[in-house]
Amino acid sequence: MADSIYWIKHVESYVDSSGSSSQQVASLDAIAALLKNDMLKIEQLVRDMEMYLTTTDSIIRSRVAFATIFENAGSSIESAFASIVYSSEWKALHLVGAIEASWSITTTIVEGLLKDGEDGGILLLAELLQRLASKPLNDAVIRSLIGFFTERLADWKALRGALVGCLALMKRKSNVGMVTINEARAVAQSYIVNLQVQSLGQHDRKLCYELLECLFDRYPDVVAALDDNIVHGICEAIDGEKDPQCLMITFRIVELLARIFPDPSGPLASFAEELFEILGSYFPIHFTHPKGDEVEVKRDELSRALMLAFASTPLFEPFAIPLLLEKLSSTLPSTKVESLRYLSYCSVLYGAERMAQHAETLWASLKDALFNSLESISSLELEPVDDMGFQGNQIATEALLLLQKVVQQNEGSFLSLIVGDEEINLTINSITTFKNYGHIPMPNKKKLHAVGRILSVSARASIASCNRVFEIFFVRLMDTLRLSGSCGDIQLEDGYKFSGRLDYGALYLCIELLTACRCLVLGSEGRTSTTVSAHETWSCMLQSFCRSLTEAFSFTLVTTADEESQNAYVHSGVRGLQIMATFPGSFLPVPKLIFESILMRLMSIITLNFDNGLLWKLSLKALVEIASFVDTRHDSDKATCFKGLVVERIVLLLSSNDSTMPLSLKLKAISEIGPTGLNFMLSIVQGLEKAVFDRLSDALVHGNIESAESAVQLLECLSNKLLPCNTSWHGLRFDKIGGYEEFPFHFAVDIWDHIAKNTDFNIGLLDNELLDATMTAVKLAVAKCSEESQSIIIQKALNVLFSSATFPSEESISGVNPSKLEASQHNHGLNSFPYRDKWIVSLFASVIIALRPQTRIPNVKVIVHILLTTLLSGHVPAAQALGSMVNKLPLKSNGMETSDVCSLEAALDIIFSSSVWTPDDSGLRRFCGTSDGSEIGSSGLRLSFLSSSLLQVHAIVGLAWMGKGLLMRGHEKVKDITMTIFSCLLSNSDSAALSLKQHPIKDSDEEDVLPLMKSAADAFHILMSDSEACLNRRFHAVIRPLYKQRFFSTMMPVLISSVVKSNSSITRSMLYRAFAHIISDTPHSAILSEAKKLIPLLVDSLSMLSEDISNSEVIYSVLLVLSAILTDNTGQEAVVENAYIIITRLLGLISYPHMMLVRETAIQCLVAMSALPHTRIYPMRSQVLRAISNALDDPKRAVRQEAVRCRQAWLRIQDLYSWQQLHLGVFNIEKA
Amino acid sequence: MVSELINANPTVYEKKERRVRITPADVDEYAVELIDQLEIFDILSDYCIDIKDPEHPYSLEELKVITEDAIELDAKRNYVRVTFTPTVEHCSMATVIGLCLRVKLMRSLPSRFKVSPLSCVNKQLNDKERVAAALENPNLVDMVDECLGPSYE
Repeated sequence: MADSIYWIKHVESYVDSSGSSSQQVASLDAIAALLKNDMLKIEQLVRDMEMYLTTTDSIIRSRVAFATIFENAGSSIESAFASIVYSSEWKALHLVGAIEASWSITTTIVEGLLKDGEDGGILLLAELLQRLASKPLNDAVIRSLIGFFTERLADWKALRGALVGCLALMKRKSNVGMVTINEARAVAQSYIVNLQVQSLGQHDRKLCYELLECLFDRYPDVVAALDDNIVHGICEAIDGEKDPQCLMITFRIVELLARIFPDPSGPLASFAEELFEILGSYFPIHFTHPKGDEVEVKRDELSRALMLAFASTPLFEPFAIPLLLEKLSSTLPSTKVESLRYLSYCSVLYGAERMAQHAETLWASLKDALFNSLESISSLELEPVDDMGFQGNQIATEALLLLQKVVQQNEGSFLSLIVGDEEINLTINSITTFKNYGHIPMPNKKKLHAVGRILSVSARASIASCNRVFEIFFVRLMDTLRLSGSCGDIQLEDGYKFSGRLDYGALYLCIELLTACRCLVLGSEGRTSTTVSAHETWSCMLQSFCRSLTEAFSFTLVTTADEESQNAYVHSGVRGLQIMATFPGSFLPVPKLIFESILMRLMSIITLNFDNGLLWKLSLKALVEIASFVDTRHDSDKATCFKGLVVERIVLLLSSNDSTMPLSLKLKAISEIGPTGLNFMLSIVQGLEKAVFDRLSDALVHGNIESAESAVQLLECLSNKLLPCNTSWHGLRFDKIGGYEEFPFHFAVDIWDHIAKNTDFNIGLLDNELLDATMTAVKLAVAKCSEESQSIIIQKALNVLFSSATFPSEESISGVNPSKLEASQHNHGLNSFPYRDKWIVSLFASVIIALRPQTRIPNVKVIVHILLTTLLSGHVPAAQALGSMVNKLPLKSNGMETSDVCSLEAALDIIFSSSVWTPDDSGLRRFCGTSDGSEIGSSGLRLSFLSSSLLQVHAIVGLAWMGKGLLMRGHEKVKDITMTIFSCLLSNSDSAALSLKQHPIKDSDEEDVLPLMKSAADAFHILMSDSEACLNRRFHAVIRPLYKQRFFSTMMPVLISSVVKSNSSITRSMLYRAFAHIISDTPHSAILSEAKKLIPLLVDSLSMLSEDISNSEVIYSVLLVLSAILTDNTGQEAVVENAYIIITRLLGLISYPHMMLVRETAIQCLVAMSALPHTRIYPMRSQVLRAISNALDDPKRAVRQEAVRCRQAWLRIQDLYSWQQLHLGVFNIEKA
Repeated sequence: MVSELINANPTVYEKKERRVRITPADVDEYAVELIDQLEIFDILSDYCIDIKDPEHPYSLEELKVITEDAIELDAKRNYVRVTFTPTVEHCSMATVIGLCLRVKLMRSLPSRFKVSPLSCVNKQLNDKERVAAALENPNLVDMVDECLGPSYE
């Protein structure tokens, strides 16, 4: 039982007339909830509320008393109620409460008291009932309530409440007590008698319609019994309705009405005309109000609802179809589209019989719409029908849909109309008069297109219609093309030749028909109900013409000079061949000979006509289509044929050195045909691999530059097209299918074999590109392999690596000391590496980069040493490989201590104890400026052992990549590396001290440390940016979420405090550089939350960076960060605060001479700034306008265009007090 | 503004397909791109917002009041001249259109340019003093600003 204090609080808040309405609703809900859960008994409520109930303040009373109705009352409180009722002057509302609570109070008393009742109270009661929709009420309660509300319908003052109440009660489910049929009838009768819907306000109308809808939905029997009355009532109610929301419901009511009275002689029939007159006036749906209003109902929804209402009963047919046909002739395209859509929908539902009488007029209108809406056929418009979805042709699309529907519905009569149509026949007859495509005048082309579409759609509608169309038109077309049918494989007579051009029109129509029947066959395969037999008339006709058609299509591909006609013929010829080759074999057995001849024709174009771009492209496309058709239909005969004639020939082309056909085209052909089928892919990749190795050895061993170039192309094709496409195959995981998964593995192994075999490399200067291409291919191939395969590959690679003389073998590594290492670096800079060794180490690095984390790497110690020494010579892949290793090595290994598997900690120990750098804890503490420096600086590294600054730079790059690997997996050691890099960044201020301490002889001045500082700053770019070459998902990197955000928030305080402390301008500019790198790669959300702190720094960095030309890229990325802050709402506040410095800085960048994008972006930022509160930016207005007017004369167009926008935006910041000066100011600027 | 429309039913043309600018693949950072006709036309027509015909909600481009060919330009001698064709002859709105064009050009071109738009029927727009005087008339300025349209809403 609830504590009375608790709910009294709600009552208080409810009756408090100063409270907001939402508060009152909340209180009401709270009390209702208590009652529902029986936490509060009605007796208690009444008793405790007596004070409120008897108060003289009528407002409070009216608000309060209805709260008593919640519960079906127990008899125990009858007396309580009775006494209250009698003792005070209750108004309507309270009595309603009483009615609900205690039915023993006689209705006469109630009635009597109701007479001076308050109407608002009824509404409150009604609304309360809505809330109690799932609370069971007993029948007696419901009966009284519904009776009460039904009567109230007559009282216009209480109408709203009555409507809501009726609605709430009628919607109740049977398990909580619902209104009976008799009561519902009473409601309906009262509704018809009392309500003048159209004289009510919008909300009341909506309620009226909702009540009707509910009545129709839940009490159809009641409505059915009411007969004419209700139909008439509805006509009256909806006539003249204009509100979209109400209309949505009225349309639905009409739909329900039609469902209740389906009888063609029933009450609806007599009112059909009247009802449709009302409905029809809404078509087409058109909103007169401007779009600015918040229209809750979308035009499309409303239009759909009206369409459903139109189609709800065939009784509307005599009125609807003429109306729609009339609207179809409208000049407004949208109306046309709507009419067509309605016609399609309605004609299906009205039925064939009713539609038959309209066939003639419908056909005339349709023809008219089609002939006028379709563009003329241009040479490029012979694409399949499915591509016709573009907006301009919506009319045509809808018209064709309608045509298809009516032809399907009424084959006989509609087809006769089409077949007998004068215009169509005329068009077909006239095509013979124009021999060549170029000779056909525009209107005829248009007509031809329309006829083609019409025939195609009718043929596609059904088998019977297809037969009919073929019988009548196909033979005529064949005659026009002078083709003769033949049975079987009879060879054409030798004398038979095509003289001159074929009739384009006939060719076009012929292809339309072929497409149509192919669609029909393919479509029917899915359905079992209609199977197309191979003995249909049209299929027999097609078979007999099969051969001559193919010949004709092949013939059209002969090139001529006239380009426009040429393209048109080429399009149809290739398309025709493609259709012939892709007819399902079970249905139209295109003889093998013909299939082969089609393939050969297309292949001869691929190999010979490569200078004709369009023809070549289309032929390739056709081949690809044929290939995927053959593959999906598992037609082994054709597949073998295709493989032999197409795939193998292309592969042959690739390996042959014949240079007539450009390599790029060969590669395009294989990369498009390859992915169509597994079978084809296998032969293609094998052929490609062979070609790659031929060229590679030619290039590497004999130094053949041409071979090197083509090898690069081949490798790029392999990595960009063929390796990526094989992850999925028709929805299957491709690398699980037997056969192909082996390919990447074999490729990688073969590469190593190849290198091992050729000990003598003679490649010249051009090898970098080739090496890059090979590395990419190796990386991708290794990344695809499984762990076991990867283990084999790495072992193989290691063997080759150790066999090379340059790299230290396992035994020799232990004794290397730093000076020796350094000396060896001096002797063997990367450029002095033998070519072969450079290749070996690069490819080895590629393998390491692409390994999966689970793959075990043997000999980690040796590998780390080799990579470390190599990276010091400036070999970036080695650094990336080290980064990948530390990213993926397993953490502390437990069970595998004994094996040769190395844990991350062990590897890091090797790396950090390397003689390349030594632990340092003296320098850092000073410069990081942290009081507890011991923590940060303790395990920092020092590069000072390396005397040459170049080596130091390389070491920094190496550290950066390793840092990136650790950062991405979220390992704490990254802190040490970052601090090492950071100390190098600050080495300027440290240089004097360092040089004294470590190298007293060497004079280390600023010039000397500058490259080191710069590379340290750029190391942050490596750390933060995403790399394509390594450490990404493709190469199985371990990536911890939000690592960038984390790094950003750790580094920012350090950077900011260092900037503040630094007193050398060089150091500061380097710090800003690092800062710029970090923020430009941090996700914007992280930046935005720190915007306030960052903006001043960001602006400073912009000014600092713009001093050096080489920084333009960095400036640009910082500007992008700034514009992200400017355009985001969360950044606004910080921007407003710093408006002045931002604008000043941006104005400086408007004239930044070294990069157009910087100027353009700066101006765009200024445009964004113009949206800030005017009081903030107005002081800068004239300054901005002056600077912008200079930008109007920028050498680059894009900048000028932005400047115009910007100037316009800033000019609009009006000075309210002196607008005249503003405009005169424009002239002053102009004069200046 | 005017209570009665001067040309109540103007012919509306579809926007003509724009000449597409071919941008070279590798842009020389320091090369100069001269102002050309299309750029002026762009300024006058579609980017920012179309200059609106004061009488109709159509843009001047749609009404063919301005076309690309009607722009004479000598970028080296800093000279630009726009000839526009009012929808009907002796259109009293020609003055306002001319004013709009002129103001728009003045606001959008470098100050070194001399702007002289010219209607077929009304020559007074070339008079600099008159334009200045016109812009001191608050009603006219409001009208011009309305024609030029808000740029970013």
